[in-house]
This record gives sequence, structure tokens and C-alpha cells, in this order.
Amino acid sequence: MIYADHAATTKTSETAKRAMLDAMDQFWGNPSSLHTPGQKAAEALEAARETVAGCIGAEPREIYFTSGGSEADNQAIRSAAYQGKRRGKNHIISTAIEHHAVLHTLAKLEREGFEVTLLPVDASGVVTVEAVAAAIRPETALVTVMYVNNEIGTIQPIKEIGALCRERKVIFHTDAVQAVGHLPINVKEQNIDMLSLSGHKFQGPRGTGALFVRKGIPLLSFIEGGAQERSKRAGTEDLPAIKGMAAALKEACDHMEETNQKLTALRDRLIEGLSEIPHGGLNGDRERRIAGNVNFCFEGIEGESMLLLLDDKGIAASSGSACTSGSLDPSHVLLAIGRPHEVAHGSLRLSLGEDNTAEDIETIIENVKEIVAYLRSISPVWKDLQKGVRTYVIQ
Amino acid sequence: MLYSEKVMDHFRNPRNVGEIPDADGIGEVGNAKCGDIMKMYLKIDDDVITDAKFETFGCGSAIATSSMATELIKGKPVSEALELSNKAVVEALDGLPAYKLHCSVLAEEAVKAAVKDYYDKNGIAYDADQFAFDDHDHE
Repeated sequence: MIYADHAATTKTSETAKRAMLDAMDQFWGNPSSLHTPGQKAAEALEAARETVAGCIGAEPREIYFTSGGSEADNQAIRSAAYQGKRRGKNHIISTAIEHHAVLHTLAKLEREGFEVTLLPVDASGVVTVEAVAAAIRPETALVTVMYVNNEIGTIQPIKEIGALCRERKVIFHTDAVQAVGHLPINVKEQNIDMLSLSGHKFQGPRGTGALFVRKGIPLLSFIEGGAQERSKRAGTEDLPAIKGMAAALKEACDHMEETNQKLTALRDRLIEGLSEIPHGGLNGDRERRIAGNVNFCFEGIEGESMLLLLDDKGIAASSGSACTSGSLDPSHVLLAIGRPHEVAHGSLRLSLGEDNTAEDIETIIENVKEIVAYLRSISPVWKDLQKGVRTYVIQ
Repeated sequence: MLYSEKVMDHFRNPRNVGEIPDADGIGEVGNAKCGDIMKMYLKIDDDVITDAKFETFGCGSAIATSSMATELIKGKPVSEALELSNKAVVEALDGLPAYKLHCSVLAEEAVKAAVKDYYDKNGIAYDADQFAFDDHDHE
């Protein structure tokens, strides 16, 4: 099996598993208890917090553990919105290509009376600092821009947007779920006020994540019932998961440079190989791109059938077609970068991880070529494109 | 698994895929914008469907339902093919996930559109209500 869907989730690493088992064996006490087993657990919890903080250049007390990236996004955005409202600020700026954890939270806030500006992105999926600057108003409470897009891998100018927000005194949050553990991050140097991360995107366990909130920025709690996480997130801490995440993050950050070197080479070869398919095009920016991400649209075919046939060949990938999103529309990200519906349906995302080999890449290229050719051979849309009844979008 | 064995079989090994160059009736339904288009070709002799072929742009269940629909109408009188329901296609495939049922509707409509084309080309009178399906828009 060639697993090329690391942006969806990653296999829990041996290091993370060991840390989790260790926590279950040794730190099973409740960190809120006063007795020795409880206090041992509390110490282990704080050690994990230090590790996570250290990996993103934050202070331990600025880290709040959550159940994952979605929860962190929800809490950060709602908290900043409601705090802003108290000061008469009811405007939020974001982008059209955010994860649904952000977009759906914003849609709900809109129904509650907030005004939301979703900035468009260019054809490669980048939002410009100028666009953010032009959208900021006196009543803007929050700017939230994702660090790396989960579908097309585009890296946003986070540091620059952060500097702008700092200057204009607007809170800046970034959904960094696809970035943490994969790119060097320093929240101080990058002017980030709030940041969401998720454990299972860097070989930690699922069900765990964290929210960084810069000292001095108030945070509202959304789960009541205890003093955990400095009263901002009630519930007995899932210490094994938190230890597993911290161990995985440390490992990812320790090996980031070599991993990225390897992944970049694999990615570039994969892009080169798939570029040989006629009337196919790379989605996302060629340069400002996370190391493991490859995303293509192939005209005349639909993504789900591509995924099923790839799965038959032992290749696990994903697509932004409507049939795979469970909705009627293809990926909002592909539409936002200007792909028409019929082209967006034919998208394929391959997200690589450190276990992938150069041989895997050749196998993927060979199989994708065959599958695209086969599906085109039975596609009336492809036939129309060839006859000139329809016009190619991707030359 | 998302799909039944039968769906996967018809998806992996679609029956009757391709074009009939001298087809007596051709029907194309669906919309590329929605992600599925089916094109159905029928060869009709003495009011009997002697051959049926299809081409499909779409997901796994769109390909499987097209394939099954051609199997179900081949060798049948036109009148019987017109009675092919999406339900019959779904049953023959041992079921489809609820959100994929529209693919079976598309298969039924593709057969009907091809028969209508045959009627139109041959000046055969028919009740227009028989073909009163809307343009496929997934509604």
C-alpha cells in the first residue's frame, strides 16, 4: 500500500505510541488531584506543554490543549469575535480557501450579526497582504488566515499579515494545522496572536490539538466545568494523547529539515511526472508550497472514480470532487483559485510523508497516467473536448 | 466499504462501454458542472434493443449504474426499457449509498433520452409525459 494522503491524517509514530503507553503506565493520575499520582500527571502535562510551546516559539502558559484543530479554530475565532463585540467591533476578515472549521464558524457568527469579509485568492491560492490591509476597518475584530492550505498546499505570507495586524491593532489568528511540524514556526517572530494546531497531522494521535494564545489576549472558554487549561477548557486532560502529540511534534521539528529536503525532491518528481499528462494542471503555487503536497486537475474525468481505481492499485489519495466531499459542489478551494466546476471535479491530491520512497513516486505516476487515460477513454466529456465541441480549460 | 461488491464489479469491469457508431437512438443526460454525464447509445431492430452501449463521465456509482442499465435493457423491447426504473438499477446493484441515488436516476433518464431520440428520428408518436424529467440538476 502506498499511502499518499498525509494531509488527511498520518499514522501515529512509534515515538508517539511509546509516549502514550508510557503516560498510561506512569501518569494515569488526574492532573487536578493533590496526591502523588495526580501531581506526577500534572508534571507530565506541563512538560508536554513546554515541548509544544518550544516547537512554535511560544511560552508554555500560552498553550491550551484542545481536542484538535477544529476545536482550536472554533474557540479562537469565537473568542476573538465576542471580545471584539464588547468593544463595538463586529467585523472579521478571512479568506475564501479556509478549512470548514473556520468557514462554518464564521458563517455561524454571520448569522449572529457579525460581518465577515472572505478575501479572494489569486490563481495560485495566495492572499496578498495588500488585500488584507484594504479590508481592515476600524471595527475589524479579527483577521484569520490559514498558514498552509490543506488541499493545494499554498503557504500564505503569515509573518507579513501578522505585522500588518499588529500595526493596525487587530487580532491575528492562523489555522496552522497543515503547517505545524512541517514548517519552522515562531509565533513571536511571525507576529501571530493565535494559532491552531492538530496532533494527527504530524504523526501524533487523533483527538488532540492545541491553541496558542499570546499573553495578554483574553480567551473565552467554551467548555465549562473545571479549572483545567487555566479555566479556558474544562475536562480532565487526555494525558496519553497530549504526551503522544508532544513527542510526535518534537520528533517532527527535530527532523524537519531533512524530512522537507526528502519530501521536496519526491514532490518535484511527482509534479514533473504528472505534468506529462495532457490537459492536466497543477493546483496551487509552484514555489510557495508545502513540501509534501501535489494537487492536479485532469480534464474530462471525475475524481472519485480516479480514487477508487488508484485504491485498487494500492494507492491511497484524495480528491476535491463533489462525490468525495459529500456535497454537490466540488472543493471551494479549487473554485476559489478559478477552476471551473467541471474541471474541479477531476482533481487529485497526493500528499506525501516521510515513509514514501522514490519508487512509490514512479508507481504513482505510472498508475495515474494509466487511470486518467482509461477514464478519458470512456468519458463523453473527454470525447467532446477532443472533437472541439467543448473547449479545453487547461491547455 | 462504500459500495457493494456488485457496484465495484460494474465499476471495475463496466459492461457495454463505448459508442455505437450507427446507433438508432442516442441520449445524453447530466451536467459536467455537477460532475456526471451519461451518454447512452441504442441499436434497435423491430422495436427490440439489440445493443446498448454507454460512455460516462462521473464517479464510481455513475459508471456502475450506466453499466447495469445497459445490461438490464439489452434484448428487451423498447416499451420494457422505458419502464426501467432507477430503483430496479439500484436493486440489481445490491444497493447504493443514499447520496449516490441520483446516479441511478441519471441512468434511467439516459435510457429514456435515447429511446426518445429513436422515436423522434423515426417519427414514432409518443406521450410526451413519458419523458417529462427535468434537466438533471441534482435537485
